[in-house]
Amino acid sequence: MQMFPLTVTNAISRRHGKTLVGPVSCTLMGTGTTIVLGPNGSGKTTLLRLFHGSARLHSGTVTWACDAQIARQQTGFVFQRPVMLRRSVLDNLIYPLRLRGITKKDARFRGETIARRVGLSDLLGHPAPVLSGGEQQKLALARALITDPKILFLDEPCAALDGKSTRDIETILQDAVASGTRLIMATHDLGQARRLADDVLFLLNGQVAEHTPAQRFFDCPTSAPAQAFLNGDIVE
Amino acid sequence: MVDLWGGLSQAFWLIVTLDGDMLDIALRSLRVTLTALVLACAIALPLAAFLAVRRFKYRRTVIAGLNALMGLPPVVVGLIVYILLSRSGPLGVLGLLFTPTAMIVAQMIIIVPLVASIAHQSLRDLWQEYHDLLISMNVTQTQKIQTLLWDSRRALLTASLAGFGRGIGEVGAIMIVGGNIDNVTRVLTTAIALETGKGDFALALALGFVLIALTLAVNLIIHALSRTEREGRW
Ligand SMILES: Nc1ncnc2c1ncn2[C@@H]1O[C@H](COP(=O)(O)OP(=O)(O)O)[C@@H](O)[C@H]1O
Ligand SMILES: [Mg+2]
Repeated sequence: MQMFPLTVTNAISRRHGKTLVGPVSCTLMGTGTTIVLGPNGSGKTTLLRLFHGSARLHSGTVTWACDAQIARQQTGFVFQRPVMLRRSVLDNLIYPLRLRGITKKDARFRGETIARRVGLSDLLGHPAPVLSGGEQQKLALARALITDPKILFLDEPCAALDGKSTRDIETILQDAVASGTRLIMATHDLGQARRLADDVLFLLNGQVAEHTPAQRFFDCPTSAPAQAFLNGDIVE
Repeated sequence: MVDLWGGLSQAFWLIVTLDGDMLDIALRSLRVTLTALVLACAIALPLAAFLAVRRFKYRRTVIAGLNALMGLPPVVVGLIVYILLSRSGPLGVLGLLFTPTAMIVAQMIIIVPLVASIAHQSLRDLWQEYHDLLISMNVTQTQKIQTLLWDSRRALLTASLAGFGRGIGEVGAIMIVGGNIDNVTRVLTTAIALETGKGDFALALALGFVLIALTLAVNLIIHALSRTEREGRW
Protein backbone atom coordinates (compact mmCIF):
# COMPACT_ATOMS: atom_id res chain seq x y z
CA MET A 1 0.00 0.00 0.00
CA GLN A 2 1.52 3.25 -1.18
CA MET A 3 0.88 5.96 1.44
CA PHE A 4 3.34 8.60 0.38
CA PRO A 5 3.68 11.28 -0.73
CA LEU A 6 1.77 13.13 1.96
CA THR A 7 0.67 16.30 0.26
CA VAL A 8 -0.27 19.34 2.30
CA THR A 9 -1.70 22.38 0.57
CA ASN A 10 -2.56 25.64 2.30
CA ALA A 11 -3.46 23.81 5.49
CA ILE A 12 -4.60 26.12 8.27
CA SER A 13 -5.44 25.28 11.88
CA ARG A 14 -7.43 27.84 13.81
CA ARG A 15 -8.68 27.93 17.36
CA HIS A 16 -10.95 30.57 18.80
CA GLY A 17 -10.48 32.77 15.76
CA LYS A 18 -6.71 32.72 16.05
CA THR A 19 -4.54 31.05 13.43
CA LEU A 20 -2.22 28.57 15.15
CA VAL A 21 -0.54 27.16 12.10
CA GLY A 22 -0.59 27.90 8.43
CA PRO A 23 -1.11 28.30 5.67
CA VAL A 24 1.29 25.40 5.25
CA SER A 25 2.14 23.68 1.99
CA CYS A 26 4.64 20.87 1.80
CA THR A 27 5.19 17.38 0.49
CA LEU A 28 6.60 14.51 2.54
CA MET A 29 8.15 11.61 0.68
CA GLY A 30 8.16 8.00 1.74
CA THR A 31 11.55 7.42 3.27
CA GLY A 32 13.79 8.70 6.00
CA THR A 33 13.16 10.86 9.02
CA THR A 34 11.55 14.26 8.89
CA ILE A 35 12.39 16.55 11.75
CA VAL A 36 9.95 19.36 12.48
CA LEU A 37 12.21 21.91 14.07
CA GLY A 38 11.26 25.17 15.72
CA PRO A 39 11.14 27.08 19.00
CA ASN A 40 8.40 26.58 21.60
CA GLY A 41 5.03 27.78 20.40
CA SER A 42 6.03 27.75 16.75
CA GLY A 43 3.29 25.22 16.01
CA LYS A 44 5.13 21.89 15.92
CA THR A 45 2.52 19.99 17.89
CA THR A 46 -0.30 21.46 15.87
CA LEU A 47 1.42 20.66 12.59
CA LEU A 48 2.06 17.04 13.61
CA ARG A 49 -1.60 16.67 14.53
CA LEU A 50 -2.61 18.11 11.20
CA PHE A 51 -0.40 15.58 9.43
CA HIS A 52 -1.72 12.80 11.61
CA GLY A 53 -5.30 13.84 11.15
CA SER A 54 -6.19 14.38 14.81
CA ALA A 55 -6.37 18.18 14.57
CA ARG A 56 -9.20 19.79 12.70
CA LEU A 57 -8.29 21.51 9.47
CA HIS A 58 -9.76 24.95 9.16
CA SER A 59 -9.03 25.05 5.47
CA GLY A 60 -6.67 23.52 2.95
CA THR A 61 -6.00 19.83 2.47
CA VAL A 62 -3.85 17.06 3.91
CA THR A 63 -3.90 14.07 1.59
CA TRP A 64 -2.19 10.72 1.60
CA ALA A 65 -1.56 8.71 -1.54
CA CYS A 66 -4.12 6.24 -0.15
CA ASP A 67 -7.39 6.51 1.69
CA ALA A 68 -7.04 8.67 4.83
CA GLN A 69 -8.74 6.11 7.04
CA ILE A 70 -6.40 3.37 5.88
CA ALA A 71 -3.38 5.64 6.31
CA ARG A 72 -4.51 6.46 9.83
CA GLN A 73 -4.46 2.77 10.74
CA GLN A 74 -0.77 2.65 9.84
CA THR A 75 0.33 5.45 12.15
CA GLY A 76 1.46 5.73 15.72
CA PHE A 77 1.78 8.83 17.87
CA VAL A 78 4.10 9.49 20.79
CA PHE A 79 3.32 12.54 22.89
CA GLN A 80 5.57 14.99 24.64
CA ARG A 81 4.05 13.91 27.93
CA PRO A 82 3.50 10.15 27.82
CA VAL A 83 -0.02 9.00 28.62
CA MET A 84 0.03 5.95 30.85
CA LEU A 85 -3.00 3.69 31.11
CA ARG A 86 -3.71 2.77 34.71
CA ARG A 87 -2.53 -0.75 34.10
CA SER A 88 0.64 -2.75 34.35
CA VAL A 89 3.52 -2.06 31.98
CA LEU A 90 2.74 -5.26 30.06
CA ASP A 91 -0.94 -4.40 29.76
CA ASN A 92 0.02 -0.95 28.46
CA LEU A 93 2.30 -2.51 25.89
CA ILE A 94 -0.24 -4.97 24.56
CA TYR A 95 -3.20 -2.59 24.65
CA PRO A 96 -3.01 -1.71 20.92
CA LEU A 97 -2.76 -5.40 20.06
CA ARG A 98 -5.78 -6.25 22.19
CA LEU A 99 -7.70 -3.48 20.41
CA ARG A 100 -6.96 -5.30 17.18
CA GLY A 101 -8.38 -8.50 18.57
CA ILE A 102 -5.08 -10.35 19.03
CA THR A 103 -5.32 -13.04 21.69
CA LYS A 104 -3.90 -12.36 25.12
CA LYS A 105 -1.33 -15.11 24.68
CA ASP A 106 0.07 -13.86 21.36
CA ALA A 107 -0.07 -10.28 22.55
CA ARG A 108 1.81 -11.20 25.68
CA PHE A 109 4.56 -12.83 23.67
CA ARG A 110 4.98 -9.76 21.48
CA GLY A 111 4.82 -7.51 24.52
CA GLU A 112 7.64 -9.40 26.20
CA THR A 113 9.69 -9.31 23.02
CA ILE A 114 9.41 -5.57 22.56
CA ALA A 115 9.98 -4.98 26.27
CA ARG A 116 13.36 -6.68 25.91
CA ARG A 117 14.16 -4.46 22.96
CA VAL A 118 13.52 -1.25 24.93
CA GLY A 119 14.85 -2.50 28.26
CA LEU A 120 11.61 -2.73 30.21
CA SER A 121 11.67 -6.47 30.84
CA ASP A 122 12.16 -6.12 34.58
CA LEU A 123 9.23 -3.77 34.96
CA LEU A 124 6.49 -5.67 33.14
CA GLY A 125 4.40 -6.26 36.24
CA HIS A 126 4.69 -2.74 37.63
CA PRO A 127 1.85 -0.26 37.38
CA ALA A 128 2.83 2.02 34.49
CA PRO A 129 1.96 5.32 36.23
CA VAL A 130 4.71 4.78 38.83
CA LEU A 131 7.54 4.51 36.28
CA SER A 132 10.10 7.29 35.90
CA GLY A 133 9.72 9.82 33.09
CA GLY A 134 12.30 8.10 30.92
CA GLU A 135 10.77 4.66 31.46
CA GLN A 136 7.31 6.00 30.71
CA GLN A 137 8.48 7.47 27.43
CA LYS A 138 10.19 4.21 26.49
CA LEU A 139 6.97 2.41 27.27
CA ALA A 140 4.98 4.89 25.19
CA LEU A 141 7.39 4.41 22.31
CA ALA A 142 7.31 0.63 22.54
CA ARG A 143 3.51 0.72 22.74
CA ALA A 144 3.39 2.82 19.58
CA LEU A 145 5.84 0.51 17.80
CA ILE A 146 4.26 -2.79 18.80
CA THR A 147 1.79 -2.68 15.91
CA ASP A 148 4.61 -2.04 13.42
CA PRO A 149 3.24 1.26 12.14
CA LYS A 150 4.51 2.49 8.77
CA ILE A 151 4.71 6.01 10.15
CA LEU A 152 5.48 7.14 13.64
CA PHE A 153 4.77 10.70 14.76
CA LEU A 154 6.78 11.88 17.73
CA ASP A 155 6.13 15.17 19.50
CA GLU A 156 9.30 16.23 21.36
CA PRO A 157 9.53 12.80 23.01
CA CYS A 158 12.78 13.68 24.79
CA ALA A 159 11.97 17.24 25.86
CA ALA A 160 11.68 16.25 29.53
CA LEU A 161 14.35 13.54 29.60
CA ASP A 162 18.00 13.48 30.63
CA GLY A 163 20.90 12.57 28.35
CA LYS A 164 20.91 8.87 29.05
CA SER A 165 17.18 8.41 28.47
CA THR A 166 17.38 10.56 25.36
CA ARG A 167 20.15 8.37 23.98
CA ASP A 168 18.16 5.21 24.73
CA ILE A 169 15.12 6.63 22.96
CA GLU A 170 17.20 7.68 19.96
CA THR A 171 18.70 4.21 19.73
CA ILE A 172 15.24 2.67 19.67
CA LEU A 173 14.22 5.18 17.01
CA GLN A 174 17.24 4.39 14.87
CA ASP A 175 16.39 0.69 15.11
CA ALA A 176 12.86 1.47 14.00
CA VAL A 177 14.14 3.48 11.05
CA ALA A 178 16.47 0.63 10.12
CA SER A 179 13.47 -1.71 10.00
CA GLY A 180 11.60 0.65 7.74
CA THR A 181 9.52 2.91 9.95
CA ARG A 182 9.03 6.42 8.65
CA LEU A 183 9.55 8.98 11.43
CA ILE A 184 8.04 12.44 11.60
CA MET A 185 9.34 14.01 14.74
CA ALA A 186 9.09 17.43 16.34
CA THR A 187 11.94 18.78 18.40
CA HIS A 188 13.46 22.05 19.44
CA ASP A 189 16.77 20.34 20.16
CA LEU A 190 19.32 21.07 17.44
CA GLY A 191 21.63 18.25 18.44
CA GLN A 192 18.82 15.73 18.19
CA ALA A 193 17.78 17.16 14.85
CA ARG A 194 21.33 16.77 13.53
CA ARG A 195 21.53 13.19 14.75
CA LEU A 196 18.24 11.99 13.30
CA ALA A 197 17.13 14.20 10.43
CA ASP A 198 17.02 13.30 6.76
CA ASP A 199 15.02 16.39 5.99
CA VAL A 200 14.13 19.36 8.16
CA LEU A 201 10.90 21.29 8.27
CA PHE A 202 11.73 24.51 10.05
CA LEU A 203 8.72 26.16 11.64
CA LEU A 204 8.42 29.69 12.90
CA ASN A 205 5.23 31.40 14.03
CA GLY A 206 3.08 28.72 12.51
CA GLN A 207 4.73 29.02 9.09
CA VAL A 208 7.15 26.70 7.34
CA ALA A 209 10.21 28.90 7.03
CA GLU A 210 12.18 26.22 5.28
CA HIS A 211 11.88 22.58 4.20
CA THR A 212 15.18 21.14 2.94
CA PRO A 213 17.30 18.00 3.13
CA ALA A 214 19.13 17.86 6.45
CA GLN A 215 22.60 18.23 4.98
CA ARG A 216 21.70 21.43 3.22
CA PHE A 217 19.71 22.76 6.16
CA PHE A 218 22.60 22.46 8.57
CA ASP A 219 25.30 23.58 6.09
CA CYS A 220 23.67 26.53 4.41
CA PRO A 221 20.11 27.31 5.46
CA THR A 222 18.40 29.65 3.08
CA SER A 223 16.04 31.46 5.43
CA ALA A 224 17.28 34.10 7.84
CA PRO A 225 15.42 32.69 10.88
CA ALA A 226 16.90 29.24 10.30
CA GLN A 227 20.37 30.75 10.09
CA ALA A 228 19.76 32.57 13.35
CA PHE A 229 18.37 29.41 15.00
CA LEU A 230 21.42 27.41 13.90
CA ASN A 231 23.70 30.10 15.24
CA GLY A 232 22.11 29.61 18.62
CA ASP A 233 20.27 32.91 18.57
CA ILE A 234 16.91 33.04 20.22
CA VAL A 235 14.35 33.32 17.46
CA GLU A 236 10.70 33.96 18.06
CA MET B 1 -30.19 3.81 77.58
CA VAL B 2 -31.92 0.67 78.75
CA ASP B 3 -33.52 0.33 75.31
CA LEU B 4 -30.17 0.77 73.58
CA TRP B 5 -28.57 -2.04 75.55
CA GLY B 6 -31.69 -4.12 75.21
CA GLY B 7 -31.55 -3.62 71.45
CA LEU B 8 -27.90 -4.53 71.29
CA SER B 9 -28.27 -7.72 73.25
CA GLN B 10 -31.42 -8.71 71.39
CA ALA B 11 -29.59 -8.08 68.09
CA PHE B 12 -26.78 -10.26 69.36
CA TRP B 13 -29.17 -13.09 70.12
CA LEU B 14 -31.07 -12.68 66.87
CA ILE B 15 -27.83 -13.02 64.98
CA VAL B 16 -26.15 -15.84 66.92
CA THR B 17 -29.30 -17.95 67.02
CA LEU B 18 -29.92 -17.19 63.35
CA ASP B 19 -33.49 -16.29 64.13
CA GLY B 20 -35.68 -17.49 61.26
CA ASP B 21 -37.81 -14.37 60.81
CA MET B 22 -34.84 -12.08 61.12
CA LEU B 23 -32.85 -14.10 58.60
CA ASP B 24 -35.77 -14.10 56.23
CA ILE B 25 -36.18 -10.35 56.42
CA ALA B 26 -32.45 -9.63 56.19
CA LEU B 27 -32.04 -11.88 53.17
CA ARG B 28 -35.00 -10.23 51.47
CA SER B 29 -33.43 -6.81 52.09
CA LEU B 30 -30.21 -8.04 50.60
CA ARG B 31 -31.89 -9.67 47.63
CA VAL B 32 -34.04 -6.65 46.76
CA THR B 33 -31.25 -4.12 47.07
CA LEU B 34 -28.54 -6.19 45.39
CA THR B 35 -30.84 -6.95 42.48
CA ALA B 36 -31.77 -3.29 42.18
CA LEU B 37 -28.10 -2.35 42.43
CA VAL B 38 -26.92 -4.76 39.73
CA LEU B 39 -29.65 -3.63 37.35
CA ALA B 40 -29.06 0.03 38.21
CA CYS B 41 -25.30 -0.31 37.59
CA ALA B 42 -25.96 -2.02 34.26
CA ILE B 43 -27.77 1.16 33.25
CA ALA B 44 -25.82 3.81 35.16
CA LEU B 45 -22.23 2.83 34.35
CA PRO B 46 -22.53 2.72 30.55
CA LEU B 47 -24.66 5.86 30.73
CA ALA B 48 -21.97 7.62 32.77
CA ALA B 49 -19.27 6.54 30.33
CA PHE B 50 -21.35 7.63 27.38
CA LEU B 51 -21.88 11.06 28.97
CA ALA B 52 -18.16 11.34 29.63
CA VAL B 53 -17.00 10.65 26.07
CA ARG B 54 -19.79 11.83 23.85
CA ARG B 55 -20.52 15.47 23.07
CA PHE B 56 -24.09 16.26 22.13
CA LYS B 57 -26.31 19.23 22.42
CA TYR B 58 -28.01 18.59 25.73
CA ARG B 59 -25.15 16.78 27.47
CA ARG B 60 -24.78 19.39 30.19
CA THR B 61 -28.50 19.41 30.79
CA VAL B 62 -28.59 15.63 31.16
CA ILE B 63 -25.67 15.71 33.61
CA ALA B 64 -27.23 18.50 35.63
CA GLY B 65 -30.48 16.54 35.59
CA LEU B 66 -28.78 13.40 36.89
CA ASN B 67 -27.09 15.38 39.62
CA ALA B 68 -30.40 16.87 40.66
CA LEU B 69 -32.07 13.44 40.64
CA MET B 70 -29.53 12.22 43.20
CA GLY B 71 -31.58 14.14 45.73
CA LEU B 72 -34.86 12.60 44.57
CA PRO B 73 -37.09 12.02 47.64
CA PRO B 74 -37.68 8.25 47.85
CA VAL B 75 -41.24 8.77 49.07
CA VAL B 76 -42.10 10.60 45.88
CA VAL B 77 -40.45 7.89 43.78
CA GLY B 78 -42.51 5.34 45.68
CA LEU B 79 -45.67 7.31 45.08
CA ILE B 80 -45.06 7.58 41.35
CA VAL B 81 -44.19 3.91 40.98
CA TYR B 82 -47.30 3.10 43.05
CA ILE B 83 -49.49 5.11 40.70
CA LEU B 84 -47.93 3.49 37.64
CA LEU B 85 -48.32 -0.04 39.00
CA SER B 86 -51.67 0.31 40.75
CA ARG B 87 -54.57 -1.63 39.29
CA SER B 88 -55.95 1.39 37.45
CA GLY B 89 -52.50 2.67 36.41
CA PRO B 90 -50.88 2.24 33.01
CA LEU B 91 -48.84 -0.78 34.15
CA GLY B 92 -51.55 -2.18 36.40
CA VAL B 93 -52.07 -5.29 34.27
CA LEU B 94 -48.63 -6.54 35.27
CA GLY B 95 -49.92 -7.02 38.80
CA LEU B 96 -46.61 -5.99 40.30
CA LEU B 97 -47.80 -3.76 43.13
CA PHE B 98 -46.87 -5.09 46.59
CA THR B 99 -44.28 -7.50 45.19
CA PRO B 100 -40.50 -7.49 45.61
CA THR B 101 -40.27 -6.65 41.90
CA ALA B 102 -42.04 -3.35 42.53
CA MET B 103 -39.55 -2.62 45.33
CA ILE B 104 -36.65 -3.40 43.00
CA VAL B 105 -38.01 -1.04 40.37
CA ALA B 106 -38.42 1.77 42.89
CA GLN B 107 -34.92 1.27 44.26
CA MET B 108 -33.43 1.23 40.78
CA ILE B 109 -34.95 4.61 40.08
CA ILE B 110 -33.40 5.93 43.26
CA ILE B 111 -29.98 4.34 42.71
CA VAL B 112 -29.37 5.02 39.00
CA PRO B 113 -28.87 8.82 39.25
CA LEU B 114 -26.59 8.46 42.27
CA VAL B 115 -24.32 5.81 40.73
CA ALA B 116 -24.33 7.52 37.34
CA SER B 117 -23.38 10.92 38.80
CA ILE B 118 -20.52 9.63 40.92
CA ALA B 119 -19.26 7.36 38.14
CA HIS B 120 -19.47 10.13 35.57
CA GLN B 121 -17.20 12.32 37.66
CA SER B 122 -14.31 9.87 37.67
CA LEU B 123 -14.87 8.63 34.13
CA ARG B 124 -14.74 12.21 32.88
CA ASP B 125 -11.43 12.82 34.64
CA LEU B 126 -9.96 9.62 33.24
CA TRP B 127 -11.19 10.46 29.75
CA GLN B 128 -9.36 13.79 29.95
CA GLU B 129 -6.20 11.91 30.81
CA TYR B 130 -6.63 9.27 28.08
CA HIS B 131 -8.18 11.40 25.35
CA ASP B 132 -5.17 12.07 23.10
CA LEU B 133 -3.82 8.55 23.40
CA LEU B 134 -7.06 6.77 22.61
CA ILE B 135 -7.82 9.12 19.72
CA SER B 136 -4.35 8.46 18.30
CA MET B 137 -5.06 4.73 18.48
CA ASN B 138 -8.31 5.00 16.54
CA VAL B 139 -10.36 3.25 19.18
CA THR B 140 -14.02 2.65 18.47
CA GLN B 141 -16.67 4.15 20.71
CA THR B 142 -17.23 0.79 22.36
CA GLN B 143 -13.51 0.18 22.97
CA LYS B 144 -13.22 3.65 24.41
CA ILE B 145 -16.02 3.04 26.88
CA GLN B 146 -14.70 -0.42 27.79
CA THR B 147 -11.24 0.99 28.48
CA LEU B 148 -12.57 3.78 30.66
CA LEU B 149 -14.87 1.50 32.64
CA TRP B 150 -12.14 -1.06 33.21
CA ASP B 151 -9.44 1.41 34.20
CA SER B 152 -11.65 3.26 36.66
CA ARG B 153 -13.17 0.13 38.15
CA ARG B 154 -12.14 1.09 41.68
CA ALA B 155 -13.94 4.40 41.53
CA LEU B 156 -16.93 2.62 40.01
CA LEU B 157 -16.92 0.16 42.88
CA THR B 158 -17.08 3.06 45.30
CA ALA B 159 -19.95 4.54 43.30
CA SER B 160 -21.88 1.28 43.44
CA LEU B 161 -21.24 0.92 47.17
CA ALA B 162 -22.77 4.36 47.62
CA GLY B 163 -25.74 3.11 45.63
CA PHE B 164 -25.98 0.03 47.83
CA GLY B 165 -25.96 2.20 50.94
CA ARG B 166 -28.73 4.35 49.60
CA GLY B 167 -30.82 1.35 48.60
CA ILE B 168 -30.44 -0.85 51.67
CA GLY B 169 -31.25 1.97 54.08
CA GLU B 170 -34.18 3.30 52.09
CA VAL B 171 -37.65 2.99 53.57
CA GLY B 172 -40.01 5.54 52.01
CA ALA B 173 -40.35 4.10 48.53
CA ILE B 174 -40.40 0.39 49.35
CA MET B 175 -42.91 0.94 52.11
CA ILE B 176 -45.33 2.44 49.59
CA VAL B 177 -44.83 0.05 46.68
CA GLY B 178 -44.09 -3.05 48.76
CA GLY B 179 -46.65 -2.57 51.48
CA ASN B 180 -44.53 -4.17 54.21
CA ILE B 181 -46.39 -7.48 53.92
CA ASP B 182 -45.12 -10.13 56.28
CA ASN B 183 -43.18 -12.91 54.53
CA VAL B 184 -43.57 -11.20 51.17
CA THR B 185 -42.28 -7.66 51.06
CA ARG B 186 -41.14 -6.96 54.60
CA VAL B 187 -37.51 -5.89 54.68
CA LEU B 188 -35.28 -4.61 57.49
CA THR B 189 -36.12 -0.93 57.13
CA THR B 190 -39.87 -1.42 56.89
CA ALA B 191 -39.79 -3.87 59.78
CA ILE B 192 -37.95 -1.29 61.87
CA ALA B 193 -40.59 1.31 61.04
CA LEU B 194 -43.32 -1.16 61.98
CA GLU B 195 -41.78 -2.24 65.31
CA THR B 196 -41.08 1.36 66.23
CA GLY B 197 -44.70 2.19 65.50
CA LYS B 198 -45.81 -0.67 67.74
CA GLY B 199 -43.53 0.56 70.50
CA ASP B 200 -41.21 -2.46 70.47
CA PHE B 201 -38.09 -0.36 70.56
CA ALA B 202 -35.78 -3.20 71.52
CA LEU B 203 -36.75 -5.30 68.51
CA ALA B 204 -36.64 -2.23 66.25
CA LEU B 205 -33.14 -1.46 67.51
CA ALA B 206 -32.06 -5.04 67.12
CA LEU B 207 -33.17 -5.00 63.51
CA GLY B 208 -31.35 -1.67 63.12
CA PHE B 209 -28.11 -3.22 64.32
CA VAL B 210 -28.61 -6.14 61.98
CA LEU B 211 -29.03 -3.64 59.15
CA ILE B 212 -25.80 -1.87 60.09
CA ALA B 213 -23.95 -5.17 60.37
CA LEU B 214 -25.23 -6.21 56.97
CA THR B 215 -24.13 -2.97 55.34
CA LEU B 216 -20.69 -3.17 56.91
CA ALA B 217 -20.31 -6.80 55.92
CA VAL B 218 -21.15 -6.13 52.28
CA ASN B 219 -18.74 -3.19 52.15
CA LEU B 220 -15.93 -5.16 53.76
CA ILE B 221 -16.44 -8.18 51.54
CA ILE B 222 -16.38 -6.10 48.37
CA HIS B 223 -13.30 -4.21 49.47
CA ALA B 224 -11.54 -7.42 50.40
CA LEU B 225 -12.40 -8.91 47.02
CA SER B 226 -11.11 -5.87 45.16
CA ARG B 227 -7.91 -5.79 47.18
CA THR B 228 -7.00 -9.35 46.29
CA GLU B 229 -6.48 -8.01 42.81
CA ARG B 230 -2.81 -7.60 42.13
CA GLU B 231 -2.88 -4.39 40.08
CA GLY B 232 -4.46 -2.51 42.92
CA ARG B 233 -2.04 0.30 43.55
CA TRP B 234 -3.34 3.34 41.77
N1 LIG C 1 -5.88 24.21 22.05
C1 LIG C 1 -5.35 25.42 21.82
N2 LIG C 1 -6.09 26.55 21.96
C2 LIG C 1 -5.54 27.74 21.71
N3 LIG C 1 -4.28 27.94 21.35
C3 LIG C 1 -3.50 26.86 21.21
C4 LIG C 1 -3.99 25.55 21.42
N4 LIG C 1 -2.97 24.68 21.19
C5 LIG C 1 -1.91 25.43 20.85
N5 LIG C 1 -2.22 26.73 20.85
C6 LIG C 1 -1.32 27.82 20.47
O1 LIG C 1 -0.85 27.54 19.17
C7 LIG C 1 0.52 27.88 19.05
C8 LIG C 1 1.31 26.69 18.61
O2 LIG C 1 1.26 25.72 19.62
P1 LIG C 1 2.01 24.31 19.51
O3 LIG C 1 1.61 23.68 18.24
O4 LIG C 1 1.74 23.57 20.76
O5 LIG C 1 3.53 24.75 19.43
P2 LIG C 1 4.83 23.90 19.80
O6 LIG C 1 4.45 22.48 19.84
O7 LIG C 1 5.80 24.23 18.69
O8 LIG C 1 5.36 24.41 21.09
C9 LIG C 1 0.94 28.43 20.40
O9 LIG C 1 0.92 29.82 20.32
C10 LIG C 1 -0.11 27.93 21.35
O10 LIG C 1 -0.29 28.83 22.39
MG1 LIG D 1 4.55 21.12 21.35
